[in-house]
Amino acid sequence: MNHYKQLEAEAIEIIREAIAGSRKPVMMYSIGKDSSVMLHLARKAFYPAPPPFPLLHIDTTWKFQEMYAHRKKMAEESGMELIIHTNQEGKKAGINPFTHGSSYYTDVMKTQGLRQALDHHGFDVVFGGARRDEEKSRAKERIFSFRSAGHRWDPKLQRPELWNLYNTRMRPGETIRVFPLSNWTELDIWQYLHVEKIPIVPLYFAKQRPVVIRNGQLIMVDDNRIPIEPGEKPQMRMIRFRTLGCYPLTAAVESPATTMEEIIAETFNTVSSERQGRLIDSDQPGSMEKKKQEGYF
Amino acid sequence: MAELHAKNIVQYLEEQRQKETLRFITCGSVDDGKSTLIGRLLYESKCIFDDQLKALESESKRYGTQGEKIDFALLVDGLEAEREQGITIDVAYRFFATERRRYIVADTPGHEQYTRNMATGASTAQMAILLIDSRKGILPQTRRHHRIVTMMGIRHIVLAVNKMDLMGFEQSVFDRIEADYREFAKDANLKTLQAIPLAAVSGDNVLKRSENTPWYKGPTLFDHMDTVSVQEVATRGAFRMPVQWVSRPNLNYRGFCGRIAEGSVKTGDPVRVLPSGKTTTVKSIDFFEDQLPEAEAGASVTLTLNDEVDVSRGDLIVTTDHPPEVADQFQVKLLWLTEEPLVPGRSYWLKVHAKEVSATVMEIKYREDINTGSHLAAKVLNLNEIAVVTISTTHPVVFEPYTVNRTLGGFVLIDKLSCATVGAGMIDFALRRSTNIHWQSLEVGKTQRALLKNQTPRCIWFTGLSGSGKSTVANQLEKRLHAEGRHTYMLDGDNIRHGLNRDLGFTDADRVENLRRVAEVAKLMVDAGLIVIVSFISPFRAERRAARDLFAPEEFIEIHVNTPIAECEKRDVKGLYAKARKGELKNFTGIDSPYEVPENAELVIDTSKKSPEECALEVWRLIEGK
Repeated sequence: MNHYKQLEAEAIEIIREAIAGSRKPVMMYSIGKDSSVMLHLARKAFYPAPPPFPLLHIDTTWKFQEMYAHRKKMAEESGMELIIHTNQEGKKAGINPFTHGSSYYTDVMKTQGLRQALDHHGFDVVFGGARRDEEKSRAKERIFSFRSAGHRWDPKLQRPELWNLYNTRMRPGETIRVFPLSNWTELDIWQYLHVEKIPIVPLYFAKQRPVVIRNGQLIMVDDNRIPIEPGEKPQMRMIRFRTLGCYPLTAAVESPATTMEEIIAETFNTVSSERQGRLIDSDQPGSMEKKKQEGYF
Repeated sequence: MAELHAKNIVQYLEEQRQKETLRFITCGSVDDGKSTLIGRLLYESKCIFDDQLKALESESKRYGTQGEKIDFALLVDGLEAEREQGITIDVAYRFFATERRRYIVADTPGHEQYTRNMATGASTAQMAILLIDSRKGILPQTRRHHRIVTMMGIRHIVLAVNKMDLMGFEQSVFDRIEADYREFAKDANLKTLQAIPLAAVSGDNVLKRSENTPWYKGPTLFDHMDTVSVQEVATRGAFRMPVQWVSRPNLNYRGFCGRIAEGSVKTGDPVRVLPSGKTTTVKSIDFFEDQLPEAEAGASVTLTLNDEVDVSRGDLIVTTDHPPEVADQFQVKLLWLTEEPLVPGRSYWLKVHAKEVSATVMEIKYREDINTGSHLAAKVLNLNEIAVVTISTTHPVVFEPYTVNRTLGGFVLIDKLSCATVGAGMIDFALRRSTNIHWQSLEVGKTQRALLKNQTPRCIWFTGLSGSGKSTVANQLEKRLHAEGRHTYMLDGDNIRHGLNRDLGFTDADRVENLRRVAEVAKLMVDAGLIVIVSFISPFRAERRAARDLFAPEEFIEIHVNTPIAECEKRDVKGLYAKARKGELKNFTGIDSPYEVPENAELVIDTSKKSPEECALEVWRLIEGK
C-alpha cells in the first residue's frame, strides 16, 4: 500500500473512531487547505451517508475576502451544516490585530471565540486539521488530545496512545480534540489536494496582489481596514500564500506558481518552513505551546 | 535531491506514490547522542528549512551544549520545559523522506521512568535504532530498550554504535560491542539486525560512508533504512476486518466500515461474522464513489453483505476458513502506565480493536524485571512495570495473539473513574476452560466486591436534630457520588420505618432496636461494597458507638449536623416541633428528650450557615480525601 493510501486510510480510521466515541461531535473548518483535506476525508469516511456532524468556523472577521467567498461556496456544495461563531464581545470592543497586538487579538477573537462556541453548543469531540510537522509542540501532541473542563491542554498529562487504539472515554466537562492529519506533512497535503482534485481558496495560487512590506514580511492589503503607516506604499506583487489565517497576520510569499503542479514543485524546492508566514507563532518564546495550553488549536 | 520542475510533476507524483513509509523508534539517552542523531537525520535528508536552521543557530547559543556549533538536539526537544531542562519528556514524532522512502520517527526518552513512552513509540514502529555509546558498550539500559522494543513486536533492529570518533574509530571496539549484542539478542527472533559504526555529531556513516572506518564494509545508516525489507505479513494472512461503524444512510443501504487488519478481500468472498459466527458473502467493497474489486490489509473500506446478518461495532468480519479465536479469558503481557497501581480484582474498560468490554485482572502470575528479564512475585503492578497476568472479560472478544497480529492482539485498559489509559497489554493466548481454575482461586470478599465497583465502601452516618437538614445534605451527597459513578444506598426513616422496622414503635427499647437494625443493615451493605448513607436523629452516644464498633476504623464516618435548635424549630417542616411544644408528641428529641452531642464526629456541619450543597461538598471532600 503506497503512502497516500496509508495516510488516507489512517485518517479515515481516526475519524470513524472519534465519531463512535462521541456524543456531540463537530469539525473545525478554517477554510484553509488542511481543512479542505480533512473535510474530504470525513466525506469518504461515511459515504454514502453524509458526515454525522456540523462544521464550525470561528470567524475573527479578519479573514481574507476570498476566504469568505470560498466558505460560502463550500457550504452550499457540501450540504453540511456550517456554524459560524464570532466573539461578539470582542467585536463590540473593536479588538483588532493592529491596535491590540497579535497575541491579545488572537486570544480574544480565536481562542476565547472557540471556547465560547464549544461551551455554547456542548461539543465533546472536536476535529482539527493540525499536523505534527507544523510546529515543535504539535510534534508531541496526541492524535486524540484531551482538554480539561476549561479546554486547557496539559502537555505533561497526556494519555499514552498505543497502536491505533484511541481512548475516547471522557469525564463530565472534558473534551477531546482529534487530529486526523497528525502524520501528514505539508507536501502530503499538496499532493493529496492535487490527486483528489479538491478545490481550495484561490489565494494559494500566485497572482498580482496589493501588498505592503512590514518588518520584512509581505502583508496583503485585502480591504481598507489596514492602517497604512507613513512611508508605506501599497504595491502590486506576484504573491501567493502557503498558509491562510487572518489577513493582517498572514504574510505572503513572492512566487510565480499559478498551478497546482507549480505549487508542489515550489513546496518541494522550498527553503522556508510553512508557518514562517504566521506571525503569531513567534510573538513570544514557546508561543504555540502557551496558546495551546489556553485552548487554541 | 535534485530540483523539481513543474513539468516533471507527473513523474514525481508517480514516484511519491510508489514510496512506502517506514516507522521506526530511536532508543537511547541524551548521553548516547540520540537527539543529535535524529537532528542529523533530518538535516541530511534536507528536512530542516532555512528559518528553522536560523532559529536553531540562535537557540544553540542560548541553550546549546555544543559551544558555537549547532546543537542538533535542540531541533527535537519540543516542549519548553524540556528545552530548559535539557531532557526529553514525551514521545515526539518527526517526519523526513529520502528518494526511496518516507520516515516517521518516534523519538522517546531513554530512562527507566519513561518505559511507557518508549513502549508507546514502539507500538507503531516496524524498526528500532538502539543507540550505544561506544565508550560504554552494552549497558543495562541497552538490555532494557531491547526488551521493550522486542516485547512490542519489533523484529528489525539497527545497532547504532555511536561516538566512534571518541574511540578513534577503532574496529575492535565496534566488533566487541556487536558480538556482545548478538550474543544477548540471539533468542529474540529478530528478522534483521545491522550494526553500524557512527559518529552522529560529524555525520560519519550516517548519509556518507566514513573515511575513518575503512574496515567497515556494511551499509551507511541511510542506505540500510532505505533498503531494509520490513514487509509486514499482514497482507498475506487470512482476511480480518474489525467493524468500526455501521453506515445506514437509508433503508436500502447497510455498510460495515472498518480498516482491514489482515489479509485481503474480494467481491463475492464468503465471510463469517464474529462472535456470532453467521456466514454470508461480500456484495460490494465500497470506497467513497468507487466500488473496488478487492482490498487489502491497511485499507479503510466499507463492506456490504449479501445476507441480512446482524453486525455491530466491535464485531469482526473474517474469512470463513481460518477464523480467529473468540474468548473471554486470556493470558497477557501487561505494561502499567500510571501512578496508581494495578490491583487484581478491580474492573477496567478493555479496548481491543473496535471492541470495548469490562475486564478484570484475575492474577498476576509474575512480574518481569525489565533490566534482567528475571521473574519476580508481585501482588500489585506499579508504573512502568511489566507482568504476565490472566485477565477475564464480561463479553467474548475476537482476537489474535499479539505476535501474530498487533492490531488484533494489542489492547489498553482504561480506568472507569478517571477515564485515563492505565495499562497496555498484549494477548498471549486464550485460557481454555480446563485451565479456568482462577475463578475458584479468586476469593470473593468485601475487598473484591469493592474493587469491582472501583470504590472504598463506607458508612456515612448523619446525626442531628429533627429539621437540622440531615436528609437534605445526605440527598445532595448521594447525588454527587452517584454522578461520579459511585455505588451508594441511603437508609433513612422513610425506607426503614415503613418496612424492615414497621414492628417497632417509639419506646426506648424500640428506638435502640431500630438503630441496631439500621447499623446491621448498613454493615451488610458495606460488606457488599456500597457507600451507605445513614440519616437518623440517633440522639444517644451509646447507640452511635455501638454502630461504629460494627465497622473497620476508617469505614465509619460520623457527620454531626449541628444546626441550632432555634433554626430547626423555625423551619419545622413536618410541624413536629409545634406538636411537641403543645405536648401532643412525647419524647421529642431536643424538647423533652435529650440530644447527646457527638464528641468524636469526623465532621460537624451547620445548615444555618452554609447551603446544603456546600455542606454536601464538605462531606464529599472528607470521604474522597480532597
